[in-house]
Amino acid sequence: MAAYPAWDQDSARMIVAGLAHLEGATLPMLHALQDEFGYVDPQAVPLIAEALNLSRAEVHGAISFYHDFKTAPQPARIIKLCRAEACQALGCESVVDELARTHGIAVDDHHAGDAVVETVYCLGNCALGPSALVDGELIGRVDAARIAGLCQHGRAHS
Amino acid sequence: MSAVRIFVPIDAAALSVGAEAVAQVIASEAAARGLAVEIVRNGSRGMLWLEPMVEVESAEGRIAYGPVAAKDVAALFDAGFVSGGAHGLRLGKTEELDWMKRQQRLTFERVGVIDPLSIADYRAHGGFKGLEKALALTGGEIVEAVKASGLRGRGGAGFPTGIKWKTVHDAAATQKYIVCNADEGDSGTFADRMLFEGDPYLTIEGMTIAAIAVGATRGYIYLRSEYPHAHRTLQRAIVKAEAAGLIGASVMGSEHAFHLEVRLGAGAYICGEETSLLESLEGKRAIVRAKPPLPALQGLFAKPTVVNNVLSFAAVPWILDHGAQAYADYGMGRSRGTLPIQLGGNVRRGGLIELAFGITLREIIEDMGGGTLSGRPIRAVQVGGPLGAYLTAEQLDVQMDYEALASMRAMLGHGGIVVFDDSVDMARQARFAFEFCAKESCGKCTPCRIGATRGVEVMDRIMAGTEVPKNIAVLRDLSKLMTDASLCAMGGLTPMPVLSALNHFPEDFDRPPLPLAAE
Repeated sequence: MAAYPAWDQDSARMIVAGLAHLEGATLPMLHALQDEFGYVDPQAVPLIAEALNLSRAEVHGAISFYHDFKTAPQPARIIKLCRAEACQALGCESVVDELARTHGIAVDDHHAGDAVVETVYCLGNCALGPSALVDGELIGRVDAARIAGLCQHGRAHS
Repeated sequence: MSAVRIFVPIDAAALSVGAEAVAQVIASEAAARGLAVEIVRNGSRGMLWLEPMVEVESAEGRIAYGPVAAKDVAALFDAGFVSGGAHGLRLGKTEELDWMKRQQRLTFERVGVIDPLSIADYRAHGGFKGLEKALALTGGEIVEAVKASGLRGRGGAGFPTGIKWKTVHDAAATQKYIVCNADEGDSGTFADRMLFEGDPYLTIEGMTIAAIAVGATRGYIYLRSEYPHAHRTLQRAIVKAEAAGLIGASVMGSEHAFHLEVRLGAGAYICGEETSLLESLEGKRAIVRAKPPLPALQGLFAKPTVVNNVLSFAAVPWILDHGAQAYADYGMGRSRGTLPIQLGGNVRRGGLIELAFGITLREIIEDMGGGTLSGRPIRAVQVGGPLGAYLTAEQLDVQMDYEALASMRAMLGHGGIVVFDDSVDMARQARFAFEFCAKESCGKCTPCRIGATRGVEVMDRIMAGTEVPKNIAVLRDLSKLMTDASLCAMGGLTPMPVLSALNHFPEDFDRPPLPLAAE
């Protein structure tokens, strides 16, 4: 279970400085910040812009382009559920329906509390789907009950 | 007595069905019984329906057991599995299993066999021989060998790899780059992931050979963020390869330098498109570039750049080691060598199958795959990822070959095959193709950015039974426009799954109007 420290501009500045020597450092910086704080606070924009001699618009543009980068604190547990074709063939959409119907869990609802089930497209586990990625662990042959259990687990521990 | 070697895969697919717990229980059970075992965490052999598949080294070869659950482990020990004892889960010698015997593994020859991060193990199984041979050649000679092998880009476009390398070789520049496209975003594909997790040095070796061939000193592997396990393995492998002097300031003691880094993507499918990937590596929004200029001439940071798929680089060490002709002897027509095929979706036996080009889809899906997992009839098969065509159960006699598939308005792509049973709604699949394009479009060109959204709307009207013939005409018109006018394959190929669904499964588009009170 991910537990992140609150955003801290000084440590963010250090993370950015530590990566400034890289070629095309923007994405490594954004990943490092998100790994540290669980999201990329808008305060990171001027830090990165200054370190890499970019405009704030360029940095903001990069953050907003990629699905991975979140600009606000996230629920403690993020369950990435694959909804691409191979998992569709194995009923991932039924999992989504059942989550809503039986467990009251709406996929991609980031305001639902301590856990969120997020759509992703392909986790590379296409022969053992439906698949989900939870706290860095891949889970195959997943069903709605298991996902719902993982959401509950999120509540109990946060 | 020396410790018995027991192999428990650390491949993410095996982990997804419990391999970690199996490894832990084997260790504790062996300790409790006072047995000396060495647990090796190998890659997956690719028989994913048998995962977690545990192998035990014996005098007669490796004996496979699977699928093993943690609760089976004690009984396996009771049955004497450490010396290959009989048990209900005993599958026999791994090499003799039908799935393995049918294959021609060149790229995947070591995956599942070796300890992925052991350089000694990699070398003992033929690793770095291709690179050693390359170091004795001129750049031009390496390029010629790759050309002569007939290797074509395994990412999907099938462009001859040697010709791309020649362009970069011939370009004059102070800095050149090698970029590995590991943004394996197509649903139904997992070969790059398995290769990185099971044999990471192979791609590193292939990229290093490319660097020597074209005179590049820096390389990047652009890996999708959905692959955390592969990321860890690659990072460790690069550190170890540098420490061993295989890459870095001097490649194996030669005058060539090659500095390699892994970079993580951030959940954007479009980054599988090479120019978008380059923009992303430069730290920008991953907006597709217009071509020309070709990346081979103005690629990463506007320098000459080889951009190849993981499987293209990974084919190169074998070619250098065994000779271009030996590679070209595999395959058919203009598709030379082998193709790592990934079989997934609703299939009984899914996994990784490496074979020379030319096997039919039916042999793969029915003979090797055993039909659907659900036991229902096969209705549709999507080949080549989300931008590939849906084929019918009657069309499966087509051979796996770039041209054979293209001639039926389908594509091979990255070699992914996704099987659907008869419960699939093909209108819904067509709608999804547009929805996916709308979400993942980089937004640069109008046909893709706007066309995908209009496509979803048209499909919604068709699925609601609203003026179906008129809307199908709009759908065809829109598809033609996206095909002809999109900047890259994202918008240009989205109509492929849509039109194949419409043409092959028209009954799913012929919907009655929805009643007003419908759910």
